[in-house]
Amino acid sequence: MLEVKDLHVTVEGSEILKGLSLTIKAGEVHALMGPNGAGKSTLSAVIAGKEGYEVTQGSITFEGKDVLEMEIEERAQAGLLLGFQYPVEIPGVKNIYLLKAALNAQRAARGEAEIAAPEFLKLIKDQLAFMKMDGSFLQRAVNQGFSGGEKKRNEILQMLVLQPKLAMLDEIDSGLDIDAMRVVAEGINSLRSADRGILLVTHYQRLLDFVVPDKVHVLVDGRIVKSGDAQLAHELEARGYDWLLEESAA
Amino acid sequence: MSDVQRFLDRLTERNAQRAASQGPEPTWIAARRQAGAARFEALGFPNRRVEAWKYTDVRAIASADFRLATDAEFSPATAAALTLPVAAHRLTFVDGVFSASLSQLDDLPQGVQLMPLSQALEDNHEAVGGPLGRLTGVEFSPFSALNTAFMEEGAVLRLAAGTVVEKPIILQFLSRAHDAAVMSHPRILVEAGSRSEATLIEHHIGEDAAANFTNLVEEIMLDRGAILTHYKLQEAPLSDMHVASIHVEQGRDSRFTSFNLNLGGGLVRNDLVTELNGQGAEANFNGLFYGQGRQHVDNHTLANHNAPRTFSNENYKGILDDRAHGVFNGKVVVKRDSQQIEGFQSNANLLLSDRAHIDTKPELEIYADDVKCSHGTTTGQLDEEAVFALRTRGIDEQTARGLLTLAFAGEVLEQVTLDAVSERVELAVAGKLPERFNLAGLVETAVALGEG
Repeated sequence: MLEVKDLHVTVEGSEILKGLSLTIKAGEVHALMGPNGAGKSTLSAVIAGKEGYEVTQGSITFEGKDVLEMEIEERAQAGLLLGFQYPVEIPGVKNIYLLKAALNAQRAARGEAEIAAPEFLKLIKDQLAFMKMDGSFLQRAVNQGFSGGEKKRNEILQMLVLQPKLAMLDEIDSGLDIDAMRVVAEGINSLRSADRGILLVTHYQRLLDFVVPDKVHVLVDGRIVKSGDAQLAHELEARGYDWLLEESAA
Repeated sequence: MSDVQRFLDRLTERNAQRAASQGPEPTWIAARRQAGAARFEALGFPNRRVEAWKYTDVRAIASADFRLATDAEFSPATAAALTLPVAAHRLTFVDGVFSASLSQLDDLPQGVQLMPLSQALEDNHEAVGGPLGRLTGVEFSPFSALNTAFMEEGAVLRLAAGTVVEKPIILQFLSRAHDAAVMSHPRILVEAGSRSEATLIEHHIGEDAAANFTNLVEEIMLDRGAILTHYKLQEAPLSDMHVASIHVEQGRDSRFTSFNLNLGGGLVRNDLVTELNGQGAEANFNGLFYGQGRQHVDNHTLANHNAPRTFSNENYKGILDDRAHGVFNGKVVVKRDSQQIEGFQSNANLLLSDRAHIDTKPELEIYADDVKCSHGTTTGQLDEEAVFALRTRGIDEQTARGLLTLAFAGEVLEQVTLDAVSERVELAVAGKLPERFNLAGLVETAVALGEG
């Protein structure tokens, strides 16, 4: 469903991604790992459409469509959703507004009618309970005053409500204690399905104990230098990244 | 004929009518009327060379020929649609004239006196003559002088010591559409006894095509420990003109909280002044104004810290679209020897169009040394990072901007404790946003969720 080919991306004049290729099929969970500064977050930022990233070469297609030609919101409406490493605080915008506006935007893009209020409320309440979040949270402003764990849970909640075709989670495990990690991992696991792809971007192997990936890729200096299965993540945990850095330098 | 003379002629005419129908007035009223007229004649309408009126042009008021309404006829069905849907004690005025049939005064609790000014004068004019004019004299502005010259109707609210009024008290001002525009000069007097507590809502609204002029003066006296929450909900028609001065006097440990929510009116000028006269007195000024089209909204506030250990807190937010013009002038004055003062002030504005305009001026005058005061003002556009975050959830850019605008207003509205008011204003703001935002449905959902 997602096809990244020979992607070169420049940020403020310096090249961060230097020919990255990656294919994610429906039903697969991919983990993109790598040392700091390798360009892990750049990939998801480019796919989501963040400003300041210049694609100088290569392509990204999603279900055959050119992602780079789509508006930011069109990407989300098409089913590409990014969970942020640092979720933005949006003072005054209630979570309930965000969720309803986002869900209806997606439905409108599919030519469906707006969701009926009772149906929407039931959906939200079920997912809130699943994420062990309190109902009062809906009336709170998006991420404002949330703890690190609450922010990350909130990102997953949005995924559960919006049901993307491809969920990209950027360092969703950073800043989580073990309990929050379990809840977040359960959320991610519940998103696993035969018609959905998931891309986990992570520095540590920790999360992958809870969410076992089908494929693991190691990103070093803007390129994927090694791909494998879940076993590769364990190897990285044991040996660190240095051996790969040396291998790729050689 | 000069503008001033035209208004004075109306006054002479009115005085003659009144004398013919009601006989002579108590001498103190006649004397103040005269003093008001003399002061108004001497000052004339303010022009923009006067600092306090630098950004507000009142020629649209000065050049018009307003009549005075003589009846309070208003369709009950229309009134019902305009009325704030809350269980309340209510006085209704139609173009300044009291309407008994649209008022609700039958279940006033013990310790509460609420009546039209005309009634209060008839019952005991001397009890009115003492406090009236004590805070807002004819010197305050040409408009307060004009109000004093014309005053004859309005509201009197007296709360006996220790009286807690549960239901809000609403003063509803309805503006009618006429072939020839009218003016009114409502006079409001509030005397809150020690430890009394009440919510007072001043609500201005009317028929869409109305183009009248309201010139209101309100004096509020809070005795020791009294708590008053004051709403000014301005939803007047877009051609209405409105000048008001609200003057508060606060005794020891009293608390005055103001919500100045300005959505309507073509030309609006509010002066809100509090005298913090007793230790422990606290004033909270919350304001939200939304201007569109060619609306002009001018808010001048002043907190006078006349005693030690007094507190003022101000948060005004403006949203301006199209060619709307906003003015904010907030002043905090700390008198010599008024130590241990806290005075905070903030004004933030959001401009939705290139042609919208704000003039904002915070002022601090401090003559004591042990004080904590701060002020700040910002004017700008929306947070682009937040716009991006919303768009990554599939929300189109216009809706994202609408949501953030609503959020900006929400920071004031979340302080509002009366849900009927905050929801109404939030809906109005959502509805005022360009139609493509279509956020009203969202607000309704959130309201439903809050209730469910």
